[in-house]
Amino acid sequence: MGKEVTKEEYGNMVKKASPDSPIFLNCIRAFLVGGLICCIGQLITNVCNVFGLSTEDSGTYTSIILVAVASLLTGLGLYSKLGKFAGAGSVVPITGFSNSVTAPAIEFKKEGFILGLGAKIFIVAGPVILYGVLTSIVVGLIYYFVR
Amino acid sequence: MDYVKAFCVGGLICVLGQILIDKTKLTSARILVLFVVSGCVLGGLGWYQKLVEFAGAGASVPLFGFGNTLARGVMREVDKAGFLGVITGGLKAASGGITAAIVSAFVMACFFNPKEK
Repeated sequence: MGKEVTKEEYGNMVKKASPDSPIFLNCIRAFLVGGLICCIGQLITNVCNVFGLSTEDSGTYTSIILVAVASLLTGLGLYSKLGKFAGAGSVVPITGFSNSVTAPAIEFKKEGFILGLGAKIFIVAGPVILYGVLTSIVVGLIYYFVR
Repeated sequence: MDYVKAFCVGGLICVLGQILIDKTKLTSARILVLFVVSGCVLGGLGWYQKLVEFAGAGASVPLFGFGNTLARGVMREVDKAGFLGVITGGLKAASGGITAAIVSAFVMACFFNPKEK
């Protein structure tokens, strides 16, 4: 039979057999899907501008529409399929935030509307909002004193 | 042209997230927190808004943009309402996205059940 393989040799063999390509491929997928979601956002923003909305309001409408669509896709079970393909491409856009609210809401409904859905709906979005708001308070304080 | 910019910048920000996931094993919840906090800091410095002006939705749709909205909201309210704005500005600006997220999540939870994994 073949000779014993040392740990180091085995490590090298594994490295050879699994090149860095997964990360590279993941990045390509994230780039394509993330870019596409932003393009859809740009389309919504441009349509809002056509209707004479201000830049700020167009941005808010864009967020709201993307959030609503992503929520529906989550309910239909399609967003998790997209996530398997796109990785961060589906997490980083605001649609990923929406998914992170809707998915636990559906998941924990069986534990009741108050302590299940109601409490767990913020299981991921809670930390995001908490630390986002804390940071905004710090920004606001600094701005208040140095402006 | 604005679609090309949105695609490239938005795509690159997602690639940054993907590298963080693959290299550091951060969970997606941590990525979301990290991106919102960074976006808020960059927004407070006024740097992120320049990227939004360049790339439009390519910069505002990723979670950095959510942080930027918080920072800009708080600064706008400080200008308008003084110290009270420090407290009220952030969520006021972000309320559209957050309300849309929780209301649509509730509606979806009423209509759909968890899918078999």
